[in-house]
Amino acid sequence: MSENLTFRFNVEGDDFTSAGQASVQVKKNLRQLGLDSEIIRRVSIAMYEGEINMVIHAGGGTAEVNVCEDYIEIILEDHGPGIKDIEQAMQAGYSTAPDSIRSLGFGAGMGLPNMKKNSDTMTVESTVGVGTRIVMRIMYKEGCV
Amino acid sequence: MKISRMQELLDAKVLCCEENLGKHVYSAFGCDLMSDVLAYVTDQAVLLTGLVNPQVIRTALMMDMVCIVFVRSKVPSDEMLALAKENGIVMMSTNKTLYNTCGLLYSNGLVGTSEVTK
Ligand SMILES: Nc1ncnc2c1ncn2[C@@H]1O[C@H](COP(=O)(O)OP(=O)(O)OP(=O)(O)O)[C@@H](O)[C@H]1O
Ligand SMILES: [Mg+2]
Repeated sequence: MSENLTFRFNVEGDDFTSAGQASVQVKKNLRQLGLDSEIIRRVSIAMYEGEINMVIHAGGGTAEVNVCEDYIEIILEDHGPGIKDIEQAMQAGYSTAPDSIRSLGFGAGMGLPNMKKNSDTMTVESTVGVGTRIVMRIMYKEGCV
Repeated sequence: MKISRMQELLDAKVLCCEENLGKHVYSAFGCDLMSDVLAYVTDQAVLLTGLVNPQVIRTALMMDMVCIVFVRSKVPSDEMLALAKENGIVMMSTNKTLYNTCGLLYSNGLVGTSEVTK
């Protein structure tokens, strides 16, 4: 595979019912490509958590998935409020989600740590008042970063 | 445990994907918090929940779960049914509570997802 395959999505921020649709589509596309199911699962979890975050914390954003030779790359970008203290946000259990989000089944502060757990590399860049950009890579095999 | 056996034990109504009742689940996870499902479910499992929204189905789909049981007689929307159907996820509804649902399945040999390690 020399040419990278790219999928792009707009993630709407005003409608929680549609949150997660891009991840469902990516999972479908990756299955069609016949990729290993464990890789697909890790990509699915990492992207879904990130997509839900963009909807509940940032008013939506964009998602890009690049299927490369050695890894799958997920790029999530939003123009939301940004994250003041990234280290704190990465802690399991830290959440600023309101009760209304909790009653929908989210807001336990597990998303970012789960994204880290399911990816081989993850970078979070965020500026308060500007937005957040998260890049995750999931390798097909260990050690080919 | 075979999904059909779960259906019998819970006296549950099958809502879609009847053709997959012969599939097996190897563990179960019961909660209304999708954050936890995403963080802890590890294998071909059944989700037992009283939460009803499209994210329940999407979460199950992301986790490769094969069956969802709605407790307390909750019923999913048409949109949820369509998504589950498209992906072969069996959905059932039981009038039992979450606690009793878990208890019945556990005492009949279906274990939970492994312990959480910090
Ligand atoms: N895209 C984002 N823009 C702004 N803030 C964010 C974004 N993503 C995460 N955060 C902040 O980081 C916190 C932790 O995120 P994390 O995904 O770990 O938990 P959560 O979304 O609150 O709950 P859960 O993921 O368990 O449903 C959030 O509560 C929020 O304050
Ligand atoms: Mg989150």
